[in-house]
Amino acid sequence: MSSVYGTNTRLLELPFTKAKGMGTMKTVDEKTVTMNRRKFLEITGVSTIVGLLGGWGLVELFAPGELDASYLPKKEALVAQRWAMLIDMKKFTDQSAEQCIRTCHRIHNVPDISNPKREIKWIWLEHFANAFPGEEHEHMPESIEEERFFVMCNHCDNPPCVRVCPTKATWQRKDGIIMMDQHRCIGCRYCMAACPFGARSFNWGDYRSSIKNRNPEYPTREKGVVEKCNFCAERLAKGLIPACVEESKGAMIFGDLMDEQSELRKSMREHYTIRRKPYLGTNPQVYYVI
Amino acid sequence: MFERALAGDRRYWGLVIVLLFIIATGFITYLWQLKMGLQITGMSRDVSWGFYIAQFTYLVGIAASAVMLVLPYYLHDYKAFGRITILGEFLAVAAVSMCVMFILVDLGKPMRVFNVLLHPTPNSILFWDMMVLSGYFLLNIVIGWTVLEAEKNSAPPPSWIKPLIYLSIPWAPCIHIVTAFLYAGLPGRGFWLTAIMAPRFLVSAFASGPALLILLAMILKKFTKFDPGTKPIQTLAKIVTYCIIINVLFVLFEAFTVFYSQIPEHMRHFEYLFVGIAGFGKLVPWMWVSMIGMITASILLVIPAVRRNHSTLALACVMVVVTTWIDKGLGLITGGFVPNPFDRITEYWPTAPELLISIGVWAAGFLILTILYKIAVSIKEELG
Repeated sequence: MSSVYGTNTRLLELPFTKAKGMGTMKTVDEKTVTMNRRKFLEITGVSTIVGLLGGWGLVELFAPGELDASYLPKKEALVAQRWAMLIDMKKFTDQSAEQCIRTCHRIHNVPDISNPKREIKWIWLEHFANAFPGEEHEHMPESIEEERFFVMCNHCDNPPCVRVCPTKATWQRKDGIIMMDQHRCIGCRYCMAACPFGARSFNWGDYRSSIKNRNPEYPTREKGVVEKCNFCAERLAKGLIPACVEESKGAMIFGDLMDEQSELRKSMREHYTIRRKPYLGTNPQVYYVI
Repeated sequence: MFERALAGDRRYWGLVIVLLFIIATGFITYLWQLKMGLQITGMSRDVSWGFYIAQFTYLVGIAASAVMLVLPYYLHDYKAFGRITILGEFLAVAAVSMCVMFILVDLGKPMRVFNVLLHPTPNSILFWDMMVLSGYFLLNIVIGWTVLEAEKNSAPPPSWIKPLIYLSIPWAPCIHIVTAFLYAGLPGRGFWLTAIMAPRFLVSAFASGPALLILLAMILKKFTKFDPGTKPIQTLAKIVTYCIIINVLFVLFEAFTVFYSQIPEHMRHFEYLFVGIAGFGKLVPWMWVSMIGMITASILLVIPAVRRNHSTLALACVMVVVTTWIDKGLGLITGGFVPNPFDRITEYWPTAPELLISIGVWAAGFLILTILYKIAVSIKEELG
């Protein structure tokens, strides 16, 4: 047996067989002639069903959106075109910085995991060389070299984590906040590989027992899902600024980047600000006063 | 045809039972992982993908390599491959099955895997990978089974199979290109951010897959009455030779760009893998074994006498399979995560439960392969 296809080369030219030596019109005629009553009924039947479904779909599509109204933000909610954050580390003491972290982690039920390989963190401190790798040099002022900077999710305008998520479990709101749906996340951790800022943590086990003072107003997470800072979306909805900003007593500013009159933009005009790894094109929205 | 998998000698059943035992061990360990979460693995916040994803990546290559038999046979009518094309197709089926299992065991929430289909997200490469892999699985099982059944009945295969066969040819490289794109499009992971990732994946796959096929064909020849013949093995050996040489070259091209440009974000990962950073260098000996082994195998395979002698050829093939496995199955994933985005080193090494689960998946794939090969070989033996 040399080739199982020895006698069957006809197949190679399948699409052309009918047209060969006949011209295209002939082929069409052939098809029309061979259509019998049964075939005709089949086709019309299927077309009707498809048409009906399509029509129904159109009605649904253009029907007034009752659902949308119920998802509008409440009156007291803080709204913006584009939320952003500015951090001035010089205004922090070690204690006030730690207090920010503690408050964030407490109200969001972030578990306290002692093993650094498995820890969960939403906001934490890193030295300049670690927060801004490649930006450091040997002769920079010690005050900056030894300063520790807050790092967290940058709520990038062009977020790679959202781009790679296969289930839309992480997505971007109109006001720029990158959200996480822990009920949809399949735990593939592609977003963790995609994030150039190491902002995301994974629940390697069931960490609920490691939550010290559980806040009943915020959900806890199951094992097997990813989590990160959410710019306190749940507080914004109630008209409150993010907890870390509130705790920072002016060292952090949270505001609308699109509002020229906002305190955020005013501060950005006055101070030189930098961002983490801006050259990667993710357009991070956490700005640092240096 | 399946009944042929149910009638075998003691050796066959012995192998099946041993594999089932390993699968059971892996499965029980997996139940433990389901209960405890992925904390029983060596993965961490910094190295968030490990052995599972690495095995997946390597096996996608093995699966894609079936095209190295299918293409010459069906497009160039290279008849020598007629006898063993089925071996390539069934190897692809087994390899894709393992890929799917490795993805499943890596998920934090495996019961939600169908969210990928419920909420299709075309901007995610992982979504496309799921599409191309399941398509490739279906193509190969349908083609392999149908052609084999026709062969059993000494009849030409049905006409509808031919378009599927042609479709499977471009589909094969696609599965590995898409898998390379999983990594090659991530900002901030300098080790993976290279356009040569997909070509490198392809050539290393087209070296390791055919090398594995040569070894499998030799094993079949030794233990069954099926003789794949010398000519297809020699042709495969030439494919392995070219591809392993190109793979070595691609690694060197990458090394040139990385080290001549001196861009730290790309260089640091190579430093970690090949010399270690600040005393951290678990993978250093492995990477050198892989590189030196690959170069040695290339030199050996270029020598015609080495290729023609089946014992030395087998040795070279083992070297190719092992060295490409170290490259993709150990170095590639960890190397991309170390150093982390804060330029810190967190090392990774798989834990015992992680290895047990992985070996269980490998055994499951090998069981699928054993059963499919048993069916194919029984039919080939009957036809003589």
